[in-house]
Amino acid sequence: MVDREVKALEEALEKIWEIALYNGLDPFPVRFEIVPATVMYEVGSYALPGRYSHWTFGKAYHKMKTMYDFGLSKIYEVVINTNPSYAFLLETNSLLQNKLVIAHVLGHADFFKNNAYFSKTNRRMIDEVSAHSQRISEYEFQYGRKTVEHFLDAVLSIEEHIDPNFFIKKYEDEKTNKGNNKSAKPGRYDDLFNLEQQAKAKIDEKNKEKNKDKGKKDKKREKNPLLPEKDLLYFIMKNSPTLEPWQRDIMSMIHQEMEYFVPQMQTKIMNEGWASFWHARIMRELDLSDDEHIEFANLHSSVVSPHKNQLNPYYLGYKIFEDIEKRWDSPTEEEKRVFGRKGGEGRAKIFEVRELDNDISFLRNYLTRELCEELDLFVFELQDDEWTISEKKWEKVRDTLVANMTNFGCPYIEVTDDDYNGNRELYLNHRYEGVELDLKYARKVLEYVQQLWGRTVHLETVNDDDSKILHYDGEEHKED
Amino acid sequence: MSVQRNDWSLQRKGIIDQERHKERVRDAIKKNLGSIVSNESIILSDGKKTVKVPMRSLDEYKFRYDHQKKKQVGQGDGNSKVGDVIAREGSKQGQGQGKGQAGNNSGQDFYETEVDIDEIAALIFEDLSLPYLKEKAKQEVPAKTTKFTEIRRSGVMSNLDKRRSILENIRRNAREAGSAKIGNFKKEDLRFKTWEEDIRYESNAVVISMMDVSGSMGEFKKYIARSFYFWMVRFLKTKYDNVKIVFISHHTEAKEVNEEQFFTQGESGGTVVSSAYKLALEIIKERFPPKDWNIYPFHFSDGDNYYSDNDEAVRLADELIKTCNLFGYGEIGEEGASSYRRSSGALLSLYKDHLKNKDRFIGVRIDDKEDVYPALKEFFGKRGEKV
Repeated sequence: MVDREVKALEEALEKIWEIALYNGLDPFPVRFEIVPATVMYEVGSYALPGRYSHWTFGKAYHKMKTMYDFGLSKIYEVVINTNPSYAFLLETNSLLQNKLVIAHVLGHADFFKNNAYFSKTNRRMIDEVSAHSQRISEYEFQYGRKTVEHFLDAVLSIEEHIDPNFFIKKYEDEKTNKGNNKSAKPGRYDDLFNLEQQAKAKIDEKNKEKNKDKGKKDKKREKNPLLPEKDLLYFIMKNSPTLEPWQRDIMSMIHQEMEYFVPQMQTKIMNEGWASFWHARIMRELDLSDDEHIEFANLHSSVVSPHKNQLNPYYLGYKIFEDIEKRWDSPTEEEKRVFGRKGGEGRAKIFEVRELDNDISFLRNYLTRELCEELDLFVFELQDDEWTISEKKWEKVRDTLVANMTNFGCPYIEVTDDDYNGNRELYLNHRYEGVELDLKYARKVLEYVQQLWGRTVHLETVNDDDSKILHYDGEEHKED
Repeated sequence: MSVQRNDWSLQRKGIIDQERHKERVRDAIKKNLGSIVSNESIILSDGKKTVKVPMRSLDEYKFRYDHQKKKQVGQGDGNSKVGDVIAREGSKQGQGQGKGQAGNNSGQDFYETEVDIDEIAALIFEDLSLPYLKEKAKQEVPAKTTKFTEIRRSGVMSNLDKRRSILENIRRNAREAGSAKIGNFKKEDLRFKTWEEDIRYESNAVVISMMDVSGSMGEFKKYIARSFYFWMVRFLKTKYDNVKIVFISHHTEAKEVNEEQFFTQGESGGTVVSSAYKLALEIIKERFPPKDWNIYPFHFSDGDNYYSDNDEAVRLADELIKTCNLFGYGEIGEEGASSYRRSSGALLSLYKDHLKNKDRFIGVRIDDKEDVYPALKEFFGKRGEKV
């Protein structure tokens, strides 16, 4: 891109920014970076620049880059949820493409800043992940690259299994820990100061031993009161009997990164819909030449067009936001009567929705029968060897969409016992909600979980309408 | 708010991790050599350099739903009806995955990866060699090595002899400046090594490949024999410059054929194994006297020999073994059949029971494509090096 084009882009950026603010958008300031395709796909495959190294990123990168090289797919932009936000523009984009992308990016930056689900994300995540990356590469140096890589393989197999409301628990932890943390740094005379406590602890221990004999007789054990726990990553990190400190550290880093990514997983349709809605509005208000108008129309329709039989999340979100605005701007007589809508409230309403909802509530509350019909949505499933449309009722469509988005599309697995068989074995439960697990994959993941937990692991699920329990003890798989 | 352009030319992270991924692929190939060795796309590759091989171990395992039992939502063009078929399993165009999230509804069990046949060959041949290779009077297998023999004043920089060059430099400095120091290098100081090609002759070796092409050798059996010989020929050609290979195909009669005919011809008829051995013995007698040659006969058959020929086959096999370094026999069973279901007069058990010289005989049973690689290792494994 020559300097003249950069200058034109800067001018356009100023105008777009103005229009966005005038329309009520409230984005983070954005730093746009023009990059070659290799960098674009690198950022795309790592989801954040500067993350730790792992072969899975290399695999994703290779795949994306190959698709690009063969002209099969192209990423126009990547935008990062930080303050200021970073946005990457492909250097081969035309000026008009970049204008649209900038408008789109401002939509994302506004969403990041204002949607409630993002309110707890670390806005300096780039610094955080590069610190992680450095720590992990130090561990690689210390313990060997292969060792760290294989450990990461295991951790990544359960990375999605964290609790999206983790921050609530975290505050509790901090509160209870506050008292203990007040003490100063550990010093060399601590043991002297603590003599009294140490004596007390010894007596306690003796008493405990006495009680132990009693305890053995009635063999009843107390269950960990914190269970069930949905956050496998956190639970194993905290309670695994075998992990080394560096391994727990890696798990906590991955946990932090997933905490950061979870809101994006929860709001994919909304986030893309919101950005597409705004790039369309802003571009309409921009002074475009005739040629640019045609290019814009082409580009916009390619972004929001449905692919054959596939649901395009950009399009779905975009249509719902447009529909909400329309319905609150000019409500029907019935809506006026039943819901008390006054009309003319469309703009205010969509800003409220972008602040308070996530994909699940968004679809449940605002996907209407009319939209389902207009978009020609349907439910399909495998019948014999053919994927067949099985349902067109709009409630069913909506419910299926919502069900598939629950827990960001991952099966809901929780720890229900960390001392199973009285032997510190880990018992996992799959909360079956009508869709069965891929058992082959489940067995492989159990191997990883066993590696992390260090003792036998169990997974209870449902298969062919019957309860099924998988066991893995580190050597062989059993089931009943 | 700003637009920036920076120099990203040193950014290599993606490429570095791509390398890590490739390394994983290589590891996985190593682990799966058994199935790769007999993979159709390689054996039938017709000289292509790279082939696609399905790999299992590169999946990123997660708890995921069985996608075949999952209902999904799609979008039609406005006319979709209940009962419409939108795709067949295997070519499914499912719900859009959006971007970023790892695919959790892909129906693919295998990860297809492109690999270089030479790379696979190198992995397979790593531990293989011609066993019991002996020094023979007449040596004809040339093996090239390079020897640095001379020092010259001109040559290629990569062959710079640093030690001699420094010595020359000190010498010249002493001569010209009066002090023996290093420094002020001039072109005249430089000395280069040059090499000569040194051809050593190793012992001669001939491999006699015999294959049963009778009517009972069905598609599968022929394929097995073919994939074995595919790798064998490749292996011999890469590792040994001048190993002679003789091809004999037989049913009731044996004849010597060329490589192409050996791999392509299909015939029918009964099986008289001794005919092949007789021909092999004749060829050895005429062209490859055992005192000058290391001889390796290999024979693949389904073991379904004419009953009346069995004694003769055993007798000739014994004779063959006497003349050669190692006799390999591979018996190919029905596809998927386990080894206890073998036909009564099968040659392998006869050989095992009746051969007099068993120490130079290796018999292998192949019931499955996966058995080809172990057979290769069995025949060409490192052994007998002290003999």
